Formats: sequence, structure tokens, C-alpha cells
Amino acid sequence: MIEIRDIKKNFGTQQVLKGISATFDNGKCNLIIGKSGSGKTVTLKCMVGLFEPDEGNIFYDGRNITEMNFHARKDIRREIGMLFQGTALFDSLTVEENVQFPLDMFTNQTEAEKKERVNFCLGRVNLPNTNKKYPGELSGGMKKRVGIARAIVMNPKYLFCDEPNSGLDPKTAIVIDHLIKEITEEYNITTVVNTHDMNSVMGIGDKVVFLHEGLKYWEGNKDEIMQITDGELFDFIFASDFLKDLRRNAKY
Amino acid sequence: MVKFFEQLGGYLILMRQAFAKPEKARMYWNETFRQAKDIGVGSLPIIAIVSTFIGGVSAVQFAYQFRSISLVPMWWIGSIVRKGMILELAPTVSALLLAGKVGSNIASELGTMRISEQIDAYEIMGVNTPAYLIGPKIAASVVVVPMLVVIAVVLGILGGWGAGLLGNFFSTTEYFRGVQDGFDGYDVFIMLVKAVLFGFTLSSISCYKGFTVQGGAVEIGKSSTQAVVLSSIVMMIVNFFVAFLLL
Ligand SMILES: Nc1ncnc2c1ncn2[C@@H]1O[C@H](COP(=O)(O)OP(=O)(O)O)[C@@H](O)[C@H]1O
Ligand SMILES: [Mg+2]
Repeated sequence: MIEIRDIKKNFGTQQVLKGISATFDNGKCNLIIGKSGSGKTVTLKCMVGLFEPDEGNIFYDGRNITEMNFHARKDIRREIGMLFQGTALFDSLTVEENVQFPLDMFTNQTEAEKKERVNFCLGRVNLPNTNKKYPGELSGGMKKRVGIARAIVMNPKYLFCDEPNSGLDPKTAIVIDHLIKEITEEYNITTVVNTHDMNSVMGIGDKVVFLHEGLKYWEGNKDEIMQITDGELFDFIFASDFLKDLRRNAKY
Repeated sequence: MVKFFEQLGGYLILMRQAFAKPEKARMYWNETFRQAKDIGVGSLPIIAIVSTFIGGVSAVQFAYQFRSISLVPMWWIGSIVRKGMILELAPTVSALLLAGKVGSNIASELGTMRISEQIDAYEIMGVNTPAYLIGPKIAASVVVVPMLVVIAVVLGILGGWGAGLLGNFFSTTEYFRGVQDGFDGYDVFIMLVKAVLFGFTLSSISCYKGFTVQGGAVEIGKSSTQAVVLSSIVMMIVNFFVAFLLL
């Protein structure tokens, strides 16, 4: 479980996060949702330590990373996998080298062991036979798969996904969402997913945190979210007037 | 002015981080080797062509100047071309060419990695990113730039010879007598000092500019231009001080 307590973050005079607290459960897909610019990415980057929060604490299964020194943090990072919004695959490395990189850098496995692990991960994300390709030669959905394979290659306890279906067609987006959910459950990972896609919320939203203007506005799960009938979250879910009318006239 | 000191501070901090202890020596070694190959092989053609012609032009110009002073024997040209190439032309011209080629390359590569979150991706894995992404580039550059300068000297001297034969200024024996005459190892030492300093200046400034890019494609372009301009200027200042202090 990851817990964030009263996280605040400013950029210059702009208050982006104004004190956010939430918990993210083990073995579940925990979603952070909100409009573009609501601070989802900043929250995620504070959690993984790419940004330093101005205030607040972050606990990884009770371990407070905001109080950790450089080396202890590096150790926690070995337990973290992350899928970036633009996938952030290393352009100069092949698919296989991308996935293998953390093994090369941080383990003493033999070449054969590493190859086996890489092939297992690429197989797990349904990407056989692309080992020798470069990221530039892959489609958006394939890149996301490689990104996921790279994120899980070290057997992480925590997985972070920033807009995993941005730039994908709706069908591929759903496939990627479910891949994330399956992996989360299979390996009992604490997964945190940023998204503004209601399809993802309904598909994989075990737990949903709604951010609005730098604050946590609502928290619940995918079933509870459909009971909402007004306010900012309602506006967010039913973005068009057409959908709002449908919802208001629905008989439940 | 405040901005200047801010940048200088940022640069110094980054350089300190760039020389941290590697997580895994072999990975760093491989990366250094790859960078050395990139820098060396990539820059060799342009340096070869330019230095050959500069040697040629030097020979032609000195021949033109000496013709009016009939007391100066033409074989001196070999000696002058050699000294000029070693002390000034080869290091300086290589430095400026490399600033344009390698400097902009490094800055835009790192800038792209920054913008596309590749640096964040390394960071998340627990890689010490300044050490892994900058250290090998600087190390490679410090080793490869002197090699390129030595090649530039050799080709410059050969260029002078070729131009001389073409213009019938001297015979081959005369020229190479000049090339060998009064050879001073100290000149080569100065040249190598310059080359090592240039290699460091060029790569470290370009790494700093690329690594700290914020924004998008436009900023990458700007930072790689700044890398070229700034590293050229700093290298010429370094050049002056080496000459001033060591000659
Ligand atoms: N590195 C940064 N520097 C300055 N402002 C930033 C930075 N990153 C994000 N912001 C600002 O923080 C706000 C929230 O951004 P972000 O978390 O990326 O939103 P999203 O919910 O779409 O992921 C935006 O207004 C953005 O301009
Ligand atoms: Mg975002």
C-alpha cells in the first residue's frame, strides 16, 4: 500500500497540488482521474520522487520516502516500475535492449537468464518477435507494451502508469488497460494509473481518486462513481450535455 | 549576471554528479566506448578534409610571402606549416568544427531524452543519470579529441606538402627537411593540453545545455545552438590562456 499525506507542490507562484492525501491499495488498479492540467502527472512524479513535494509525506508500505536519504531512495526505486505517458523508450536501444536495461544495470544475472526474463516479459505483454526492432519502428500500442514489459522486468512491487492509453485508439486502449489490470492482480502489485479516460475508470477502476484544481475532490470505486448526480465530478464524467441528460433521465 | 552565476553553479553541481561512482563499471565502460566511436568516427571526415586544406593553404600563403623575401629558403615552409598546425591550427580548427558537430549533437540528444522523459525513465530505475549519461560522453571526448587533433596535424602537414608540389614551391625532400627541422616536443605537449581541455569544455558544456532543457522541440533547438556558441567561446578563451601561460 502507498499512502500520500497532505502533498503540496508549487511551481513558482502556481499552486499545483494544494494538499492531497490518499491511499493506494495493494493488488489493485488505483486510478487518479481529473481534467488535463489538474495535477495528475505532478502527483505521480511526486510519488515516485521525480519531483520533490514542497510539503507532505509519502509512505511505501510504511516507509516514508520523503525522509529517506539518496541511497535508501535508490533502493525503493528498484521496487518501482513506471510506464510514461510518451512511453520514454530509449530510442537508441532495441526493444529487447530496452527491456533488458534494468537487468544489465542492476543484476548480475547471466546473459541467458536475462534473455529468458526479457522474453518472458515481452511474451506477457503479447509482443513476441519484435525483439530486434527499434522503438521508432513500432506502433503506439506496441510501444506501450514494451513500456509495460520494461516496467515489470525487475518484478516491481509498485507500478505507476501515466495516461497509459493516451494516443491509442479506443480498442487498443482497452486492451492496454486490461493488460495492466491482469498484471497487477497476477503479481499482486500496487498500481497507480493516471487517466482522464472514463472507459478506463469503468474498466479497471478498483479505486478512483478524482483531482480537481489541486485537491482531492472525491474518492470511491467505479460503481460508486456512477451514482454521482452533480458537481465537478459529474461534469467530468458526463462531459457532454447529451450524456448529462441521458444520466439524469435514467431510471436508477 | 545573476543568471550567469546560477548557470555556472548548476553546471558545477552537474559536473560533480557526473563523476560519481558507477553502479556497474562495465555498463559505463560500454557506453564510453560507444560514445567514443560516435564522436570519433562521426567527426573524422570533416576534420580530415578541413585540416588537409588548411595545411595546403598555409603552404601556399607562406610560399607567396617568402617569394618576395628571396633570402628565406623555401624548405622553411615545412617547418612553418608543422609549427602552425601543431600549436594553433589543428587544435583550434578541430575545436570549432567539433563544437558545431559534436556539441550540437550531444545537446540535442540529451535535450530530446529530457523532453521525451527518457532521462526520467533512467532515473526511476535508480540509474544515476548525470553519471551514466554525462560521464561517458565527457570521458570519451577527452580521449577522442586529442586523437582527432593528432590526425588533423598529420593531414595538415600532408596537405601542405601536396599544395607545395602542386605549386612547385619546393621538392619533397626540402619540405620534409623543413617538417623535421627544429621539431620541439613541447609544442606537442601544448597541443595535447589544449586538445584535452577542449574535449572537456566542449562535451561538458553541451551536456549541461542538453541535460537541463525544459519545454519542447523549440527549446532543444535553442539549447543546441547555445551549446555550440558557448563552447566555442569558452574554448577560445581556454586556448588563449594555455598559450599565454605555457608558451
Ligand atoms: N515542470 C513543471 N514546471 C512548471 N509547471 C508545471 C510543471 N509540470 C506541470 N506543471 C503545471 O502543473 C499543472 C498540472 O500539470 P499536470 O500534472 O501535468 O496535469 P495533468 O493532470 O494533465 O497530468 C499544469 O498547470 C502545469 O502547467
Ligand atoms: Mg499528465
